[in-house]
Amino acid sequence: MMLKVEGLQVRFGDFTAVHALNLEVSEGQSFGLVGESGSGKSTVLRAICGLLKPVAGTVQIGGDAALPLSRRVQMIFQDPYGSLHPRQTVDSMLAEPLAIHGLHDADRRVREMLDAVALGQAFRHRYPHELSGGQRQRVAIARALMLEPQLLLLDEPTSALDASVQAEVLNLLDSLRRARGLSYLMVSHDLAVVTHLCSRVMVMQRGREVETLASSDLAAGRVRLPYTEELMRAAKGFVPQQGSDQP
Amino acid sequence: MRFKESWQLFARNRLALVGLALVGLLVLIALLAPWLAPFDPTQGDLQTTRLLAPSAAHWMGTDEQGRDILSRLIWGSRITLFIVVLVAVMAAPLGLLVGAAAGFFGGWVDGLLMRLTDIFLAFPRLILALALAAALGPGIENAVLAIALTAWPPYARLARAETLSIRQADYIAAVQLAGASNARILLRHIMPLALPSLIVRVTLDMAGIILTAAGLGFLGLGAQPPSPEWGAMIAGGRAFVLDQWWVAAGPGAAIFVVSLAFNLLGDGLRDVLDPKSDA
Amino acid sequence: MGCAMFSIPNPMLEVRNLKVRYPQRDGRVIEAVRGVSFSLGRERLGIVGESGSGKSQTGRAIMGLSSPGARIEAEALSFDGKDLLHMDAASRRHLRGSRLAMILQDPKYSLNPVMRIGAQIVETLRTHRRVSGAEATARMLASLREVGIDDAERVARLYPHEVSGGMGQRVMIAMMTICEPELLIADEPTSALDVTVQLQVLAVLDRLVRERGMGLIFVSHDLRLVSTFCDRILIMYAGRVVETLASGRLHEAQHPYTRGLLDCLPRLEEPRHPLPTLQREESWR
Repeated sequence: MMLKVEGLQVRFGDFTAVHALNLEVSEGQSFGLVGESGSGKSTVLRAICGLLKPVAGTVQIGGDAALPLSRRVQMIFQDPYGSLHPRQTVDSMLAEPLAIHGLHDADRRVREMLDAVALGQAFRHRYPHELSGGQRQRVAIARALMLEPQLLLLDEPTSALDASVQAEVLNLLDSLRRARGLSYLMVSHDLAVVTHLCSRVMVMQRGREVETLASSDLAAGRVRLPYTEELMRAAKGFVPQQGSDQP
Repeated sequence: MRFKESWQLFARNRLALVGLALVGLLVLIALLAPWLAPFDPTQGDLQTTRLLAPSAAHWMGTDEQGRDILSRLIWGSRITLFIVVLVAVMAAPLGLLVGAAAGFFGGWVDGLLMRLTDIFLAFPRLILALALAAALGPGIENAVLAIALTAWPPYARLARAETLSIRQADYIAAVQLAGASNARILLRHIMPLALPSLIVRVTLDMAGIILTAAGLGFLGLGAQPPSPEWGAMIAGGRAFVLDQWWVAAGPGAAIFVVSLAFNLLGDGLRDVLDPKSDA
Repeated sequence: MGCAMFSIPNPMLEVRNLKVRYPQRDGRVIEAVRGVSFSLGRERLGIVGESGSGKSQTGRAIMGLSSPGARIEAEALSFDGKDLLHMDAASRRHLRGSRLAMILQDPKYSLNPVMRIGAQIVETLRTHRRVSGAEATARMLASLREVGIDDAERVARLYPHEVSGGMGQRVMIAMMTICEPELLIADEPTSALDVTVQLQVLAVLDRLVRERGMGLIFVSHDLRLVSTFCDRILIMYAGRVVETLASGRLHEAQHPYTRGLLDCLPRLEEPRHPLPTLQREESWR
């Protein structure tokens, strides 16, 4: 069991963003959270890694219990333009987590990680404003993996990227997961993206679970609840009204 | 490479270059004072050289003690620079630290630090200087202390405002997730980003600092005679301003030029360092 | 490659060899749009491209809303026979809002945050039409109802930040169509919205365009969405139109960029691991 969440409740003042949520992610599994804005899906991620304090519920993260949380779980954020420090080079961003935890051999590790995310070594001394959106996201992935966590939380990692760049980043995330045996908990509003990367999907609405199903079931339309059906229909695009003169 | 781009952006502003050049000139004059000044700034002959008009021998005339005004201005540049640098070095880091800590930690820390800031903000500089002079005696060091103590609160406010918006960013969340301590986040991630606005503000403030120091000198609270502090020189020239206008006009012009220079420089820096202009 | 697939008699909008350039201080020139041509009748045209393709710049150049520093050139840029390129600023302003309108992406940034919604719409109306205060209010309420906002009186008194994204976009549509423009340019009108809300807003747009016979230019990065909504699609890459397609004919796309773009999207019904990626060719530029 890589991640076990029970009864998670998160409140912002009077507003309850997440109500009594339960979910489990096993080792090596990729689990998706799908929902629209206000569903609480991003809030769940932040509560799991400790950026937000839940008012109730427990979060258990697997892996070596002797290691601090930061070496067991990491997060990749949505906005590639906001997740990299504007005044730090790629090299210093990647070396910092190592320095914080007293891990040596930073030079070799940084080099290897840049290779793993298919960025040339020349990128080490660049600043974020010199990188494209896709390149920044690769740096963010590299940074998240520097401490070799087993669980990665992904908050809409490709929704701010162009379609062609999205495909490359999704492929990268896929291959990294298989190669390193990572577990993913990924949040997205895009059904196609989430079913591509994840084997199980939970649909959320207004802070609650609607249903949880296998991606293959979702893809085949074997859904139980009307909200999920509505999401699937919406994903297909616009359908002209009756009586219009659309071709 | 970033420096080169920044320099090119800065250099496009001709007035800013003028400001930079003038400030540079000030520093140069201060450094080379012993070699530049034609006469001894503290020695004057009451019999032969008192209150002489500007001439070939004395380019800016002499004062009521017979001292060459140009030489006094040149040596006085050291004092001006001393005041300005010391105030900046004392007030800016203090303001930055207080403001960034208040913005980052929030809660009671924020409340406490901001109330402390408000207390210091309530003091007018001259009054505080008077109090310090009364307690510790007059002198340039006490003047600098007084100015610094009243200069830091606006920097704290500015740093706090910057910190509040920086704190929300994902890159701060990312480094928190990496296990960074609060001190590391504050010192290495937040403060460097709040620094540019602060630098601009300090530079623009320098004109005001110089004028305040001149005001203190005018009141006799800053540098003590025979020190050639520009404000004190104006005070001394007050009695002769109608007939021997050059005694007050010289230092007055110097203060004007240096204040203007810092203002132009600060304006230019703002265009370059404004974080909003970064990608 | 960039001419219209078929010529339209009396087109509402004629664009021939449109170029938008941004000269830089160090002598370089950024070419955002490099020779785009098309005609538009009373139909729905989609312009699809990724970031940097020049699609938004094309729309803005037509409206006359390019950023300062833009140099716009074209062999022809005319609306209803009137030359937009050499028109004076006052006439351009007169056209904007009354005959040519534009909807932007995020109502958070395109609605005035310190004016109530009703007041903003009334202001737009009274800029272009001589109507009394009472008449203006009546028309404003009617326009809100046209876009599916039933409790128009209540919403008219709200400020933009008090309404959700979907409602804000409807308000934007109401405001931009109250003077009954003939051509509407929508720049990523639904990209900031949830999928279910997107469809609602598109339905509003669909009805308006149908009922009033407006011409529509729909600029977006979402090829699939545009193909379900528009009649014709222009695919843009690096400032040029690389392909023109009728909406039902996406599968017949010829240009490798279009094919690549279609291929690289993950498909719900058909999992493919790894996803095909786009290999950009210099020849596409």
